[in-house]
Amino acid sequence: MTIAPMAQPTEPTSAPSPTPVSRKPRLATIWLDGCSGCHMSFLDQDELLITLAARADLVYSPIVDTKAFPENVDITLVEGAIGNAEDLAKILHIRRNTRLLVSLGDCAVTGNVSAMRNSFGVIPILERVYHEPALLHPATPQTDLPALRERVCPLHEVVHVDLFVPGCPPNAATIAYCLDALLEGRMPDLSQHTRFGK
Amino acid sequence: MPSSVRVKTLRIDDLDVAGDEQQTIFDVAVEHAIPIPTLCHLDGLGAVGACRMCLVEVTSANQTRLQPACATPIEEGMQIVTNSPRLQEYRRMILELLFAEGNHVCAVCVSNGHCELQGLAQSLGMTHVRFPYHYPQRSVDASHRRFVVDHNRCILCTRCVRVCAEIEGAHTWDVMGASSQTQVITDLNQPWAEAETCTGCGKCIHVCPTGALFEKGYSVAEMHKRRQFLPYLRAMREREP
Amino acid sequence: MNPEELHQLAEQHAHARTQIPHRIRVCAGSSCMGLHSDQLVNAIQRELKQQGLEKTCPVSGVGCMGLCSAGPLVAIDPDGILYQHVSEADVSAIVASVGNEPLEQLRCPTDIPFFTRQKRVVLEHCGQIDPERIEDALAVGGYTALLTALTEMTPAEVITHVMRSGLRGRGGAGYPTGLKWTTVAKARNPRKFVVCNGDEGDPGAFMDRGVMEGDPHRVIEAMAIAGYAVGASEGYFFVRGEYTTSVKRLRKAIMQAERNGLLGANIFGTPFSFTLEVRLGAGAFVSGEETALIASIEGRRGTPTPRPPYPAEQGLWGCPTLINNVATLASIPPIINHGSEWYASMGTANSKGTHVFALTGKVVNTGLIEVPLGTTLREVIFEIGGGIPNGHSFKAVQMGGPSGGCIPAEHLDTPLGYEALQRIGAMMGSGGILVLDDTSSMVEVARFFMEFCMTESCGKCVPCRVGTVQMHHLLTRISTGTATAHDLALLESLCDLVQHTSLCGLGRSAPNPVLSTLRYFRNEYEASLTSTPSNELIPLTARPPAPPTQGPNGKGA
Repeated sequence: MTIAPMAQPTEPTSAPSPTPVSRKPRLATIWLDGCSGCHMSFLDQDELLITLAARADLVYSPIVDTKAFPENVDITLVEGAIGNAEDLAKILHIRRNTRLLVSLGDCAVTGNVSAMRNSFGVIPILERVYHEPALLHPATPQTDLPALRERVCPLHEVVHVDLFVPGCPPNAATIAYCLDALLEGRMPDLSQHTRFGK
Repeated sequence: MPSSVRVKTLRIDDLDVAGDEQQTIFDVAVEHAIPIPTLCHLDGLGAVGACRMCLVEVTSANQTRLQPACATPIEEGMQIVTNSPRLQEYRRMILELLFAEGNHVCAVCVSNGHCELQGLAQSLGMTHVRFPYHYPQRSVDASHRRFVVDHNRCILCTRCVRVCAEIEGAHTWDVMGASSQTQVITDLNQPWAEAETCTGCGKCIHVCPTGALFEKGYSVAEMHKRRQFLPYLRAMREREP
Repeated sequence: MNPEELHQLAEQHAHARTQIPHRIRVCAGSSCMGLHSDQLVNAIQRELKQQGLEKTCPVSGVGCMGLCSAGPLVAIDPDGILYQHVSEADVSAIVASVGNEPLEQLRCPTDIPFFTRQKRVVLEHCGQIDPERIEDALAVGGYTALLTALTEMTPAEVITHVMRSGLRGRGGAGYPTGLKWTTVAKARNPRKFVVCNGDEGDPGAFMDRGVMEGDPHRVIEAMAIAGYAVGASEGYFFVRGEYTTSVKRLRKAIMQAERNGLLGANIFGTPFSFTLEVRLGAGAFVSGEETALIASIEGRRGTPTPRPPYPAEQGLWGCPTLINNVATLASIPPIINHGSEWYASMGTANSKGTHVFALTGKVVNTGLIEVPLGTTLREVIFEIGGGIPNGHSFKAVQMGGPSGGCIPAEHLDTPLGYEALQRIGAMMGSGGILVLDDTSSMVEVARFFMEFCMTESCGKCVPCRVGTVQMHHLLTRISTGTATAHDLALLESLCDLVQHTSLCGLGRSAPNPVLSTLRYFRNEYEASLTSTPSNELIPLTARPPAPPTQGPNGKGA
């Protein structure tokens, strides 16, 4: 028994179709432990956003007003890694309600900058941020903030991920190319479009 | 040089080729424009066969084995497959292991866009790492006036060790420790600035496949490495009587 | 020394032995030494002096007697009465019993299968002679095989002899020894080397140690024979640094051999000259791999290099080099003395002769044993080993150390042999036999060996250096019940990668304990799996990360 090889570019063959034929696809984006750069890139699609709006309903995103992540989402683009308890709860909920989960950008795919704290441990990092600088009241915030996880990890360490879009951030054209393929029911081959760190 | 060169014929991926017996599988493949990915191997340096990226399927005397193309001399009648699905999968896994082992953050690396590790991940379709990352605590030595070694980005290819010993003749670099604690060191694990054998030639910087070795004064994605000097130096030296 | 002198000396020392009515042997093998048998020797010495017996009943420390679980062992000659678990309190009674009725309460029966079922060829004189006295070795026929080889045989005849005997490498791989010798003999180079690989490092293996400590002259003699056969005049003992007793006794033995003209220039007045040096391993398991061993002797970092070129063609300093394991070499003198047919008459069709094993784990009799190949595991474990103690039942036997595999009860009747063991997913290895009972977790066993391979990886090639860390991590997850079926699949694909892409034998065989336990005990793995992936993170390596300003010190851990 061997595990399935790493997902290979499957441009010509069709992927498990993200879009049921009967209705307009439901699209969501979410921003976890990241810098929002991937969302900036998403917005950089400019006029293509209008085309996108015609092809899919954006049902949840930092740029729309919905408060709770809805059910029956077809495609969710996830920016950022899993860095705290809230991130984990969100991604588990999203996975249950999403047909096709996309790790968007290096933080979601690899942990990237968000995970750079992992070599040091949570306590030293908190000390460094909240105690070492000459602050008026040095204290680690105890309330209103979700607990940091011991280690930041990429999405696929905690949930199944259907597509990986590396890049820091992936540029607007890559995101557009990727969404175009997914909305047509194909798995895009991104090797010519983006890479780690791009 | 031997007065007579013995020529051997072999087959690489459906192509009948010939080479002299001193050549490796990799040399002959390169001559015939057959790409084989490498990380530790660099034209002009001695082969160590450590990264295992260049493994190819070699059938000789009815036995098929995986051999490093960079360190395996050609033999008469060899049948070589350079890019089977199995090899591709192994290469991707080796890349995954390397990414998991160090702290490779392409986005903030001086070599972003010019890194061999990053480039191979893209060309071989390694889109993510299936194994947990180690997140080792590794040091950065910026004591040298012009150069920096960032062990977080080191993949232990030992190109720096070899170029320093074989080409520069200084042998400042070497390897210390074993298993996951292996690391390259300058002199007897002294700060680089205090390594008396270092001539400051900078050859190590330019053979390093990643951003582990770089020159000061460069920011993210700015460190371009120039490797042309190596085959040139080698060729010039071979011409000497 | 000329041939006549050797015979004279041998007779003289043999005669001297018969002149003494009694002799006390105290096991000074490492296991008994660990129980302070050296102090026992002193105590017996004092007691003998007090009773005025020191002339008629000398006492000496000897090499491993085999039954380590009953140590410290003391034997009284000429009857070979054996006493077990001897303490200093027993000394006066033992000395008083010499020549009288034996002490029944201390007696260790010597008619039990542990002793009677063995066939000691390599260990023939281990535990019989004082390894620090060349006189003892000469008295039992030491160096007569070298004499025969040098004066009555051509190098080619010696090799033919070895070839015909069917002897195969006892280090684990089982390569035909005669063929190896031929390759080196045929290499055209004025300078060649013979190396004895005493870098025994498998957990639970102490065969080579037993031989080097118990009969060092046997190995020295064999190396000289090998040197003569392949055309080498220089040899190296590569012994792991931790084996201090072996090193001490080998050095002493080499000195004695040199002093007696059994090493050095023109041995036995022939044109053949041979010198020997001891080199110590610096604690890295991988140094036992031939190419790493060569690097280590040359003074370089002990890491393997790709083969070809093979050491037989380009070894030490680029010269053809014969590398043989201790037990392989120790089999040579009897082959010369008794003939290749005699040796080949023992064993199976493809695995001839006898093999020394270190029997350990959950078995009544642990220790060093030697049996003809072809003996079944059941005989070794249940007859010689006396079965499983404390009312537990047999579960599996681990053979071949970190490169080997686990064999379940259904294969207990497999005759010990290279191919036979390979077919059932294990290997002969250097000879460690680790018995596991029903309390052992097979996942834990695999994890133990993977941890060993992980820390002993030299760090050169990627699959072994990183792959073992990842496999160890996955095994830890499985054994703590936090792994999913996906993790198990990942483990299996890593096994495949590391097995097929690692640079040397250490890496290539590192997955073996996992693969063999998966083959026979897959249910134990699957029973530990969980359907819900845990979000608990287990640190990848067991050891704490090195502080940032300071690197690791030394190899391994």
